[in-house]
This record gives sequence, C-alpha cells and structure tokens, in this order.
Amino acid sequence: MTSLKPGTAEQVRDAVRWALSEEAPLTVVAAGTKRALGRPVQARHTLDVSGLAGIDLYEPEELVVSAAPGTPLAEIEAALAGHNQQLAFEPPDLGPLLGAASAEPERAAVPPDTPPSAPGRGRGRKTKAGAAAAPPAPPGPTLGGIVACNLSGPRRIKAGAARDHLLGLEGVSGRGDAFKTGGRVFKNVTGYDLSKLMTGSYGTLAVFTRLTLKVLPRPELERTVLLLGLDDAAAVRALTAALQTPCEVAGAAHLPAAAAARSGVPEVAGAGAAVTAIRVEGFGPSVAYRCDRLMDLLRGAGELDELDSDASAAFWREVRDVHPFVAGDRTVWRLSVAPSDGPAVAAAAGGDGAEHILDWGGGLVWLALPPADDAGAGRVRAALAGRDGHATLIRAPEPVRAAVEVFQPQAAPLAALTARLKDSFDPRRILNPGRMYAGV
Amino acid sequence: MLMPPPDRAVIDRREEIIAAMRAIVPGEGVIVEEPELRAYESDGLTAYRNLPLIVVLPGTTAQVSRVLRYCHDHHVKVVPRGAGTSLSGGALPLADGILLGLGKFNRILEVDLPNRCVRTQPGVTNLAVTAAVLHAGFYYAPDPSSQIACTIGGNVAENAGGVHCLKYGLTTNNVLGLEMVLMNGDVVRVGGRHLDSEAYDLVGLMNGSEGLLGVITEVTVRILPKPETARAMLVGFPTLADAGDCVARIIGSGILPGGLEMMDRPAIHAAEDFVHAGYPLDVEALLICELDGPEAEVDHLIRRVEAIARDCNAATLRVSESDEERARFWAGRKAAFPAAGRLAPDYYCMDGTIPRRKLPEVLTRIAEMSKHYGLGVANVFHAGDGNLHPLILYDANQPGQLERAEEFGSDILRLCVEVGGVLTGEHGVGVEKRDLMEVQFNELDLNQQQRVKCAFDPESLLNPGKMFPKLHRCAEMGRMHIHRGQMPFPDIPRF
Repeated sequence: MTSLKPGTAEQVRDAVRWALSEEAPLTVVAAGTKRALGRPVQARHTLDVSGLAGIDLYEPEELVVSAAPGTPLAEIEAALAGHNQQLAFEPPDLGPLLGAASAEPERAAVPPDTPPSAPGRGRGRKTKAGAAAAPPAPPGPTLGGIVACNLSGPRRIKAGAARDHLLGLEGVSGRGDAFKTGGRVFKNVTGYDLSKLMTGSYGTLAVFTRLTLKVLPRPELERTVLLLGLDDAAAVRALTAALQTPCEVAGAAHLPAAAAARSGVPEVAGAGAAVTAIRVEGFGPSVAYRCDRLMDLLRGAGELDELDSDASAAFWREVRDVHPFVAGDRTVWRLSVAPSDGPAVAAAAGGDGAEHILDWGGGLVWLALPPADDAGAGRVRAALAGRDGHATLIRAPEPVRAAVEVFQPQAAPLAALTARLKDSFDPRRILNPGRMYAGV
Repeated sequence: MLMPPPDRAVIDRREEIIAAMRAIVPGEGVIVEEPELRAYESDGLTAYRNLPLIVVLPGTTAQVSRVLRYCHDHHVKVVPRGAGTSLSGGALPLADGILLGLGKFNRILEVDLPNRCVRTQPGVTNLAVTAAVLHAGFYYAPDPSSQIACTIGGNVAENAGGVHCLKYGLTTNNVLGLEMVLMNGDVVRVGGRHLDSEAYDLVGLMNGSEGLLGVITEVTVRILPKPETARAMLVGFPTLADAGDCVARIIGSGILPGGLEMMDRPAIHAAEDFVHAGYPLDVEALLICELDGPEAEVDHLIRRVEAIARDCNAATLRVSESDEERARFWAGRKAAFPAAGRLAPDYYCMDGTIPRRKLPEVLTRIAEMSKHYGLGVANVFHAGDGNLHPLILYDANQPGQLERAEEFGSDILRLCVEVGGVLTGEHGVGVEKRDLMEVQFNELDLNQQQRVKCAFDPESLLNPGKMFPKLHRCAEMGRMHIHRGQMPFPDIPRF
C-alpha cells in the first residue's frame, strides 16, 4: 500500500500514468472525511490530493471562485464570508455522521439524549472547552470531496445542488490525460457539460486538479418559522403550502419528536413534539414580510414558533449534517423522492426501531435503521418500487457496503451506458474502481 | 462550412429506408417530397441550408426507439429537430440523413403542483409550459427570446438561457428528469420528480448536448411560484465604463436582479427608432435592471440600486410605476434583434460570454474591429451573467460582406476566449462555431468530449458534423498508449 501525495496537477497526471503502467488502481482521497461512503474500493494505492490546496482566484464582483480540490471547505467559506458571499448550495459536513475525521469530533461521542453543548459554532471552529479536551481538529471536508459526491444542504430546494454551482474544472482522466471542461463564466454552452458528469461521480471518472464555482451573496438575515406537533403527512402538507407561495422558502424540514429532542437548539429540543421548520432569508424588510405571510398561512396547521438568526443558523447546520443520527451505530440511508412521497416512503422503508427526518419539503428522507447484515436494503428498495427517486446507503460497516448495493440499482440500458461512460474516462478501472457500482 | 461527405450508398437506399420508416411511423409521418422537405432545410441559422434525405415525424417513444434502432442497424444518420429555432445550425439537415422531427410530441403529460413540476413531451413550446401553470401562480423560469416558438426538447438540447439566468438559472438548472432514446434504440429514464438524478448526472450531461447523444422524448421541469411583484429601472450612463462599474457594484453589494441588461449607443438608437420605448438617446450605455419579489423587498432594493447608479454617474434614471411601463422598458431590449435588422439588410448575431468586468475592454476592441472590417455593430449584453450579443450589420447582396461578417464574428469570439470567457453562452456550437472549438479547447479536452459521444453513439450517427471540428473514429479514440512508468515524484514523502 503506497500513498502518493502529489503537490501539483502535473504530479497528479504522473501518478495516474504510473498507476496505469502498474495496472494498480488508486483510491482517491483528500481529507478522507467520506472514505466510509460508497462501496469499498479494492485498490493497492492511495492518491491523496490534499496537497493540492488553496484558492487561486476569487473575484467577488464576478461571483466566481477557483480552488484546488484539497482546499478545506472551511477556508473557502471563510474567504467568501469576508465579502458577504457563500456557496449557496450549503455543502454539508458528513464527517461526524460517517464517524470519520471531522471538524467537530466531540459530536460523535454525544449520546442520543444529550444535546451538544454549543450548537451555534461554525464548521472548523471549535469552542474553547472542546479545544482543551480534544486533540487538534482534523480538517473538515474539502471542496473536491463535496463536488465528487454532489453534496448539498437544505438550501438545495431554492439554490440548487453542488452540480448547479460548478462552472468548470481541470482534472486528470483515468487515461492519464489532463483535460479541462466548462469555464469561469456562468452562461456557457460550449461543448458538453462534463462538469455535471463529474459532480457526483465519486472520483470514478477523473481526479480533479482545479475547480471553479459560482458563488452568491450571503443573505443579510435569516429566520425560521416552526410548527409544532405535526405528523409526517401534515408536516409535508404545510411545507408544500409554504413552498407554493412566492416566499422563496430556503429550507423546509420536518423532525419527528425523537429527532427534534436531540437538537442542540433549545427551542427545538424543548418543544417536546415534532418540529416542522421553514427558513426564510434575504433582506431585512423582505424577511419580516415573508415570515408574517407564512405564519398567516400556517396559523391553522399547528402551534407556531420562530427561531431568530443564530438559532436558525444552528438548527439548519444540524439538519444539513444529519445531526440527529450522528450518535450510535445505526444504519443510515438517504432517499431522494418526490416531496409528496416522502412520508409514505419513510414509513414503508422504515419499520421497527426505524427513525427518519425529512428535508427538502419532504423530498429528502434520512432514514436510520437498526444495524443489520443487509442494511435493510430489501425494504428500502421495495419502498421505492414504482416511484421516482433513489436511495443511497450512507452509513454501514464495510462488509455490509460490500455486500449490498450502496447506490440505486440501475435498469439494464442505464447500467450499460454508465459502464460505457466509465470506459470513456477510465477504461482500465484505475480510479476508485467499484466505488459506485461493481465493475465501474 | 464543410459537412461530412454524404454517403452515396445510403442515398441509393432511399426507397428502402422510406419503406422501413413507413412501417414504423404510419400515416403522414414520413415526408419524402421535395417541396415539403424544403420546410426543414434550415433552422434559425438560415445562412446554411441542406435538404434532408427524408423527414420522419414519430408520435411515440416506441416509434422513436424503432426508428433509431433501424438507423443504427442500417447505418443511417439522424438529425433531431424541435421547432428549428436554433441560431447555431444545430438542426441543419444532412443529405444522407433522416431529419427526425419531434413536433408530434406536443402534449403536457402532468402538472404536479404539490411537487412543483411539470412532466411534458419535448415538442411543447417553452411558453406553453408557463401557460399551463400560470393559473396556479407558477411559471417556468428560463425564457429564451424565442420562447413563443421554441420547444422544451430543443431547450434541453441547447441548454437555453434567457434574460433571467443570473437569478433563476439556465435550462439545466430547471430540468429534473428526462426520458431519452439512445442511437441503439435503448430507452433510458433519468431523474424525475425528485431532486438530483441517480449515479452519473446524465440529466446534466444531456442539457446542452445539441442532439448528439440521444433523442429526448419526455422532460420533467421544475416550476416556480411567480414573484409577487416586479419593477424595472432604466438607467442611462455617459460611458460604458460607468455602466459596467454600476453592474459590478450592484452584484458586489449582494443584490441579484431578476434581469440586468445593457445596450450600447447603436443598439439604443435602433431599438428606440423601432418601438419608441422612451429610451434616452444622449447616453452611451443603457441599463435595464429588473427587481422582483415581495413589494417590500423590491422597494427596498430599488432605493439601493438608485443610490449605486447615481454614484456611478448615471445620467438618466427612471423606475417603472406600473406593469405597462415595465413592459415598455423591456420592449426596446426585446426588439433589439429585429431593430438591428432595420439598420442594415442583414445582421449576424454573436453569442460569447465574458467575465463582466472585461466589458469596456471588449467593447472597445469590438469597435476597432468594426472599423477594420468596415461593418457596423450594435451590442446588447446580458450584463448579469456576462453573455454578450454583438449584432454585426452587413448586406449579403454586396459581394464579400457575408464572409467579412463571419470573420468579424470569429474575431469577436476569439476575443471572448482570450479575456477568460467562452465561445457561446446560450446559442450553442452547432455548425456555426464548430471550427472555433479549438480556440477554447485543446486536443485532449476535445478528445475527452468525443469519447463521451462514443459512449452514447459509437458509430457517430446522431447529428454528426455538429460541435466537433474533427470527427475521429471511436476505435481510434479508445486507444491508449501506456509507457512503463517510474514511481512518480520520488522525492515526495509517502506513507
């Protein structure tokens, strides 16, 4: 087992060419916070791109940032925050959930019933108490990892996914060719949009060496309207009603009572009931108006409450990082479905000892199941039969992820096309082979 | 413009192909007579014309699958076509190829308001999608200026834009799912009413693939609640630099206007002469800034943009007080292309994108080129997203002018790439910009793109001759040269 740690794009290319000549597949990693996500990769060597780090272009007025793949997300977010900008797709930190290196390692040790002590802190910044007790925080997720997995947070419903914000990239294919695609401007239809294909390809097509993303203004203000005590169906009805208004809802989630009780946000943890949350953000007068309008709309649906900016930010970070399911060793699935199907799919896929939370207005189901040899895959897959959507096994022990399909099984023509696309970038199966599908 | 040489053997089999197509698509779905074929000889890029071998108008996905399967097995080329409004020749027919029209796919299949999406056949027009949901307070955001005629299938193939892209995205950001037929006849469904398609993002890849990868037979788009209100501002500036500065400062201050358009002096005058929108005529640049959202937000932002504009030396500034007035502000901009048509017998519309701050430099250099080529130019600019449309004025009846206009256009696009931009922002590569692709991409970049094409269509039967300057055989593209390598960068610590 060799770990190659290139420091330049040319060295990445040389490493891939060397692996090709050795016929030795590579596991591609940066910070490694998501190594436990996907099927286990059987590779002799590791290609660690964390040495390719740093922002090399940031032009706030052009709404664009370029950085190397190993750049910590925290570094990019800090630079953008300095100009009141952000990555609008709200990239999550799944490190704690996956039990890997994380910016907030103490979270993994929190038992289910104990709210963490300081929910308001940001990614990569530790509280004084935590810093004294824990070893130095390992870096959180990197830009490359976020793009490779197409991970987006609650704002996905309004702002789009990681794939909607990647403008272009440079990378090295599994053929050992350095290539570029896209550009640094938003409106661009020159050639195939390979950036989309790369986003969410889990490093199976190319190794990124430079990523260019669109950035957007950070909202001046955010507030969250809470509805208490709704069941799943009523919650999704309320979220749908909110999303059908022009209030530009930027977060629409539902935490059943048990999940809500684990929140570090006092208003949520202390509700003693299920919590349905609707986030509104933007300019001051507009946020106030839209919150009022939503509260008028939902007055009959249940008991109303409201989170101020700080509590709101802390709450949505928890939703983003699936905080309610971090503790323990339960199997965790992520299902993307039509929002109106969320409650029924969650019920059908769950069962005894199961728990779920809903995000994206009902369209994103996070499901926690008691550990099992098959990860409950049969039941989860069956729940999606005949419906639009897909399920991904996010957390399970390695032998389980080797034994069951981690990603949504594909119909034969689509599976064949997927394999041909892999061929077109990586015919010798050098890059993260089998991470998504066997043989791909 | 050099298209792949027609395959004589295929043309000789025309009768046989007609019979096969009639067996798949009954009734009047197979067009073979020359007068009727004429209607399909070009798309919106009318400088290029070509009669197709025949036209086939299937009505079902199963028919599309059988047509493509036949063409795959019998090595017949296929050019897909929506409404034929492409400005880059994406639907230019081939003499030895079937033109596959999707016009019969004209039904909206499902309006799903709870899930805020519409499932539609590809031949439905862009505007018809909005019309189907307007009653419930929704609309479909991408609004290319041809929206009354262009179809959703074509919008996906070209990743169509419009004037609201900065805030609401291009087609690719608004499409949730597709059904498509591959050249081998395989029917593939990707995405759907849920967010983010599974595995490799083929929905994203299909957007802007210009009909080279598959034939789209169904599209699911997301729809948005209509903003409560919208107001437009009309701001004139003494220099283009001032206007550019104003755009940068609006965006830098955290405001994302629903629309942000700029016109230069020739474009302002042409538009004003044509529609009498009330544009100021003594300014060098005109900005239309539309803000949408709740009234409280729009009023708040209008005040902020007003302050920025005055700080940037705005010479004139008006804010629309009614929807009629807002429509009038837009009328000139929306009529800019036909208005340019009154300045000269012909005009050639370019479509590069540049980093916004390069605008003054780019317009100065375009003015120099205009002198060099002896052809006038008017510029309209999607200032929010950097997409520049220079309209080159010429007279096709004057010998040499068309060629000069094309050279001028190529120089403009080279300039766009030189300053960090791209060849095309929303019109597509097609045949028009095919031979300029090497300005933006090197051989390795283009080879990787062509390998993706090979994954979908290894015989290159689907819309060949578009997008790529050179056609390589897939077998040749697939070859790999592996050199016995040494352990790379041995001086770097590994562990």
